[in-house]
Amino acid sequence: MRVDLVLANWQLFAAGVWLTVQLTFLALAIGFAVALPAGIARARRRPIISPIINGFVYLFRGTPLIVQTFLIYFGLGQFEWIRDSSAWGYLRDPWWCALIAFSLNSAAYQTEIIRGAVESTPKGEIEAAGALGMSPRQVDFLVLIPSALRRALPQYGNEVVFMLHGTAVASVITLQDILGAGRTLNAKFYLAYEGFLTAALLYMAITFLFVIAFRQLENRYLRHLSLSR
Amino acid sequence: MDKLIEYTPLLARGALVTVALALASLALATLMGGLAAAARIGGGPIGRGLVLAYTSIVRGVPDLVMILLIYFGGQRLLNILLDLFGVAPISLSPFWAGVIAIGFIYGAYLAETFRGAYMTIPKGQLEAGQALGMRGLPLIGKVMIPQLVRFALPGYGNVWQVLVKSTAVVSVIGLNDLVGLANDAGKTAREPFLFLSAVMLVYLLITFVSTNALGMMERRFALKGHHAR
Repeated sequence: MRVDLVLANWQLFAAGVWLTVQLTFLALAIGFAVALPAGIARARRRPIISPIINGFVYLFRGTPLIVQTFLIYFGLGQFEWIRDSSAWGYLRDPWWCALIAFSLNSAAYQTEIIRGAVESTPKGEIEAAGALGMSPRQVDFLVLIPSALRRALPQYGNEVVFMLHGTAVASVITLQDILGAGRTLNAKFYLAYEGFLTAALLYMAITFLFVIAFRQLENRYLRHLSLSR
Repeated sequence: MDKLIEYTPLLARGALVTVALALASLALATLMGGLAAAARIGGGPIGRGLVLAYTSIVRGVPDLVMILLIYFGGQRLLNILLDLFGVAPISLSPFWAGVIAIGFIYGAYLAETFRGAYMTIPKGQLEAGQALGMRGLPLIGKVMIPQLVRFALPGYGNVWQVLVKSTAVVSVIGLNDLVGLANDAGKTAREPFLFLSAVMLVYLLITFVSTNALGMMERRFALKGHHAR
């Protein structure tokens, strides 16, 4: 076990942690921006849009993230019109490809979370808001969405960890995330496992932090649901 | 499109490798999950501590990292162990490294499923069996197992669906599964998008077939005479 080599190359792993955290949060944020309207539309069974969203969710939840990432990174270059378009500058860049794939994937999972939370909103809450004279828009933004997101918190905790772990795929398309740093270390010094073990410990530490953070959030925002304390 | 037809036999072989990998991993995961659930229920403080460590490691480390760690680090460990016993070194193939990694990961999830199912069985069932003079194997085989299967099947099905998608990352260590072969063939044929889309369809097909098969099994093990689901 060459701990000295890991410690001597700590900057490699620090940069990896930064890239992993960056990709995780950006993908979750973009996914959320897509999933909030999509999830509500699904819960309300809007004609035309709802089946389209359904198909998107089915496709991205039913296939492996690594294949989705390959499809965007390796696949899109097949089409000449994409290579000729101005978007090619982004689509040939592994960072953008990873971000697009992770965001779409997270959007699909978050859509299902939000749909479930919206559908399980007690009818009385909506009716009470209406009885207070709120407009439909006010009901949505002041009652429905805050209430649904609170109840979605436990599933969101899972999705955040799932996305964090999913971003390890980025190292396969050459990005220097945590796993990428581990692979580089192994290749550079001809090591068998030190880089991977360091990466595994770093992922565990970040997962642990996320779990603690979500426990705090749940204690704060779901206090009304805990029975006796 | 012609290229895809030309490569269909190759991709079909890859799909078989994927399915074989998933089934072998599921078998190992079932074994690990059963052992971990038993240790959690009746293993005392040491058993519970070990299972807690096991599930924490699995929940903290991405599947891709686990696979790389087992493939490269496990090989080193295996060589050291075999050397201790004076046995000639055996090389760990990507297939079996994948089975070990994925079986290890999903065993932790199945442990929770099995424990949950065990807790759902009413205590009176066991007592009724004992009152009828059953003990040992018949009691387990005729009273416990059928109910365990009934309560564990939905969770087991979910773990299987996630496990299948997880097998895709084993292509990273050079396994010629569906993803690995299609990725290489797609580059050779200069139609990566088409080939990777075909991969996605195969995964959706596996999901679709599994959903139906699991639904049938759930009906088969459901309580007869109760409300039809």
